[in-house]
Amino acid sequence: MHKIIQKKPLGQDIYLLEFEAADIALAAGAGQFVMLRIDENGERFPLTLYDFDKTRGTVSVVCQAVGKSTRKLCSLNAGDAVRDMAGPLGHAVETRLIGKIIIIGGGVGTAEAFPIARAMQRSGNDVTVIIGARSRNLVISEQEMRAFCSKVIVVTDDGSCGRKGLVTDVLRELMDSERYDLVYAIGPAIMMKKVSEMTLPRAVKTMVSLNSIMIDGTGMCGGCRIIYGGKSRFVCVDGPEFDGHKVDFDDMMRRGAQYRRQEKQSLESYEHQCRISGQQETK
Amino acid sequence: MTRKKAKKQRALERIKNFHEVSSGFSEDEAIAEAGRCLQCKHSPCVKGCPAEIEIPAFIKAIKERRFEDAIFVINKSNNLAAVCGRVCPQEDQCEKFCVLAKKGNPISIGYLERFAADRSASHDRAGKQPANQEMLLEKVAVIGAGPAGLTCAADLARQGYRVTVFEGLHEPGGVLIYGIPEFRLPKEIVRREIESIKKLGIDIRLNYVIGKIKTIDQLRSEGFRAFFISTGAGLPLFMGIEGENLNGVYSANEFLSRVNLMKAYKFPEYDTPIHAGKNVAVIGGGNVAVDAARSALRLGAEKVWIVYRRTEVEMPARAEEVEHAKEEGVAFQLLSSPVKILGDERGSVRKLVCRLNRLGEPDDRGRRRPVPIENSFLELDVDTVIVAIGSASNPLLLETMEGLKLGAHGTIEADDSGRTNLEGVFAGGDIVTGSATIIAAMGAGKKGARAIHQFLHGSEKITSLQKS
Repeated sequence: MHKIIQKKPLGQDIYLLEFEAADIALAAGAGQFVMLRIDENGERFPLTLYDFDKTRGTVSVVCQAVGKSTRKLCSLNAGDAVRDMAGPLGHAVETRLIGKIIIIGGGVGTAEAFPIARAMQRSGNDVTVIIGARSRNLVISEQEMRAFCSKVIVVTDDGSCGRKGLVTDVLRELMDSERYDLVYAIGPAIMMKKVSEMTLPRAVKTMVSLNSIMIDGTGMCGGCRIIYGGKSRFVCVDGPEFDGHKVDFDDMMRRGAQYRRQEKQSLESYEHQCRISGQQETK
Repeated sequence: MTRKKAKKQRALERIKNFHEVSSGFSEDEAIAEAGRCLQCKHSPCVKGCPAEIEIPAFIKAIKERRFEDAIFVINKSNNLAAVCGRVCPQEDQCEKFCVLAKKGNPISIGYLERFAADRSASHDRAGKQPANQEMLLEKVAVIGAGPAGLTCAADLARQGYRVTVFEGLHEPGGVLIYGIPEFRLPKEIVRREIESIKKLGIDIRLNYVIGKIKTIDQLRSEGFRAFFISTGAGLPLFMGIEGENLNGVYSANEFLSRVNLMKAYKFPEYDTPIHAGKNVAVIGGGNVAVDAARSALRLGAEKVWIVYRRTEVEMPARAEEVEHAKEEGVAFQLLSSPVKILGDERGSVRKLVCRLNRLGEPDDRGRRRPVPIENSFLELDVDTVIVAIGSASNPLLLETMEGLKLGAHGTIEADDSGRTNLEGVFAGGDIVTGSATIIAAMGAGKKGARAIHQFLHGSEKITSLQKS
């Protein structure tokens, strides 16, 4: 059991959850993830670490309530606990002095970009952060990013916060004006695909952090496999960080959507139960 | 008198549920079957048992209605009796060496073992274990709570060591929990056996992936003196053919984990979904392939093929399970090797294309090799493909162990006793042998426990463990 120490709303249906997890915190690095199972009937699902506090013995994740499991997680409060948490899994981001870096966080992926941006900045890199979201209430981690980074650009689809447009609009302008050594993109698959397509002709190295469907998260099931440079790779043990120019995003997005029907069914039956029991979801 | 057969659920009935196929022996049946045992002085059956069970002794106890003695005899050398009685390939082990086997009529040792275990559990005797030796102070870490690890841990604990088992998943048991389906090995039984092992004083840490959360060196600095690595062959192999990433293609590991570990057959009561499929092709000829095929039937598939590149004679799956699969209506597409998987416009599986083979010369294991027949091919209209061609070794722990000598396939190199090239580090089970059987893993666990005892205490006490 891992107890929730703190719960904080970050945006609409987006929460930060800080868990007691001393051993995981001690081993954790930026870019790694944990596998969670909320209760006995729950599924196992990966969440990238947002933060880890080695002295407090806690790890934090950011969760957006979308499907059944994420809604269930977001309905928990400080004092509640999840049944299982395994980690830290995947490889940590290798942080060293690279030079000028653009880090792009899309939607809830911004939370996952945060520890990477911070680690890159600490390693002496010149970091520019682009935060993209559909609208103002989905922009997260802006203040946290600004706390250590002077160049944070916010862009929203509807212009309700920061600039109006897409992260790729900002990326293009930045790359037009200056030469960058690395672009790091974390967010929806389609965003990472568009970013990778934009940086490829300019030969700017581009890393992405992938999030595919997993059962165990330790290499055992192979459900998270992607096509990478024409070969099969497992996101859980080979990643989650990959060279965006070699990832077959279309294949990955198709595989990511393969349980859409069941996910909908699962969510509907959950909402039905919630209505019957009169249980209110935390807003 | 001929060999007793245990009652089974009828095939057409059982494919509609996940309940166990066979209900095992009744008391009368068990006593009658035990009465057939000749109690050979030289006990040839024991030679065939990697768990070194005193088979004639426990059979004699059953015959004399001393049921508690029966399970006590088994528990002395094997803590997973209810499991072994169900899933060991007895026909290739103890029963193969039974004197009566020459007349095609060996004692049903497996069913008797199962009877002894189940009866003891139903009479709430599961906690009764042979007593521990005096307490020893050394801490030993076992990595992986599958059949090898649990066996090693139990033997060491019985010897008095302080044993911690580190398990990556949320439940102990390894393949017994995630791999073998409920209808062949009810999870309740696995849990019961593990509970009884825990009573030996073993600490099992779940959700603890060694190599990620801690390294072996860190455990060493925490005072662990010896290590048994039994992480299994947890990295599924794929065929490397076109279309293997299409939706509806599973590794057997994923398919079975969804069904067994995560209970996807109870979706949406349980949250994990599965794409069950109407027409399913399972690639491979081992027990895992047969388990996957029979699970697919129970999830509602109309047609299930096992696609295997050789013939039934060369299939590594247990004869009994192949027989069960046939009774249930699984079709065997033999002498066929998949060459590609075709998808529809949405990227879901629609066809499996195979090449046909004929049998050629025997390979180094004596099985005749499949030889492709030029220009031959076969198409199966399927919406699900399950790849059950084995596993490679899992890299998570190994990549953190500098200097550990590995074999050609990424498995750990260990000698017969389980010793690796690193001081105090032992290994056994699939991580050493590649995909093999549960009982072989348990045998390796026993040897590992013995070697660890020798390592920590020299030869002074080794004899007691050999006897226990």
